[in-house]
Amino acid sequence: MDALKKRRLSLMKRLVTLILIIIILWASSAGSEVSISSLIDGLPGMGSLFLEMLPPDWSYFSYVTDPMLETIRMAIIGTTYGAIIAIPFALLSSRNVVKWPVIYYPFRFVMNLIRTIPELLLAALFVPVLGIGDNAGIMALSVFSFGVIAKLAYEAVEAIDNGPLEAMTAVGANKIQWIFYGVVPQVIASFVSYTLYCFEINVRAAAILGYVGAGGIGLYLNNTLKLFQYQRVSTIIIYTLIVVVIIDMISNKCREKLI
Amino acid sequence: MIEFKDVSKVYPNGTKGLNNVNIKINKGEFVVIVGLSGAGKSTLLRSINRLHEITSGEIIIDGKSITKARGKALLRCRRDIGMIFQNFNLVKRSTVLRNVLSGRVGYHSTIRTILGLFPKEDITIALNALKRVNLEEKAYSRADELSGGQQQRVSIARALAQEAKIILADEPVASLDPLTTKQVMDDLKRINKETGITTIVNLHFVDLARQYATRIVGVRAGEIVFDGSVEDATDDVFSSIYGRPVKQDEMLGAKV
Repeated sequence: MDALKKRRLSLMKRLVTLILIIIILWASSAGSEVSISSLIDGLPGMGSLFLEMLPPDWSYFSYVTDPMLETIRMAIIGTTYGAIIAIPFALLSSRNVVKWPVIYYPFRFVMNLIRTIPELLLAALFVPVLGIGDNAGIMALSVFSFGVIAKLAYEAVEAIDNGPLEAMTAVGANKIQWIFYGVVPQVIASFVSYTLYCFEINVRAAAILGYVGAGGIGLYLNNTLKLFQYQRVSTIIIYTLIVVVIIDMISNKCREKLI
Repeated sequence: MIEFKDVSKVYPNGTKGLNNVNIKINKGEFVVIVGLSGAGKSTLLRSINRLHEITSGEIIIDGKSITKARGKALLRCRRDIGMIFQNFNLVKRSTVLRNVLSGRVGYHSTIRTILGLFPKEDITIALNALKRVNLEEKAYSRADELSGGQQQRVSIARALAQEAKIILADEPVASLDPLTTKQVMDDLKRINKETGITTIVNLHFVDLARQYATRIVGVRAGEIVFDGSVEDATDDVFSSIYGRPVKQDEMLGAKV
């Protein structure tokens, strides 16, 4: 009897879930007026745009090299700043490092709050403050990197082996020595790996930050698109693709070596 | 000398870890604490360097109360007590030498130690400590490249580098095979004899306790139920400590 009831209940649950998902999908597509037919109608337009992009304007490559390097620089500096600020936050958010909830809860809260802000929004906030240019981009990427790295690092700190910590307490280490000899060597490899991972994300993000005036190659992408210079657009896209793929490859190799 | 004065420990859930323990351990002794798991061996040992806090009573080490020590004084007390754990508690990703040097942090300023700027004498002390456990050639290997027995001997070297006056070993051989068990126990015993360092070891193997101890302390339900020489610790005594006859698997000899 009981088993039968349970079975019925679980069936009901699944049915309700399914109905809910269908309702959400239907409501979203109706609300944003998306339809399969308009997608199909748009296909020829996409095709002709694609044709206009060919061949890429090869001479434009050298012209956008400087903004491309600026994009990478923004990513490097932003990631570094973010990683540095992330260190104390990751430690102070970890239950096994700081024993008091009054400290680690507020730090976690700030960390989680910052993590919810997308990097484009951050850039849009920093542009009015710092002016148009790469400073705003660097700040946006710093805050964004901080959110990503602090979160991942704090989870790594909470997962470390407690044994060495106990051993460091037993040798009479003070709290800072305890962190540097018990915690740091156990998480440093993961920390560097997360920083590299964040750098990969940042290169991609930096490429579009120019859209809101925060420096880098995005500005050129925006301008060429507005001026219908599609052959230059494709140059930028290809260039970005190559740079991102190379950086990802190098970064991945480094991360493999770390673990 | 370590002196327990009416030491009791009640865990937050109400269980009694230690119940009115009074005991004196003299300098240079090799004391083995025996008892069933959960009897309070570990609590007794860890209360000495305050890895576990006691609820009442006082523990006095060489005339100074560690129970009342605060801040730096407590760190100083702990510096003089080496500890060896069942799971070695080394930083596996660090080199053997760095693990041994971590025993020296109590002797230097914070800045110096976090930058890893140990004076030359400290490196010599650490290498000598490794030499005494026959692992000098492993100094620059990563700790996780070593076998379990070797890792445990590194942790003994860490206690030696600490220049501790007391060594506490909490089930030091529980995760080792019989052969490496003998090596580790031999090292502990030899160091105890050579340097007169007071050594207190928790063990659950009856025959090991008899072989190495100069004094055996039996613990049951947080109380000391036996305290005497190896000769006095007969099978009957062990049965009374354990509350039942000694089983075959409590003899290491049976495992070889």
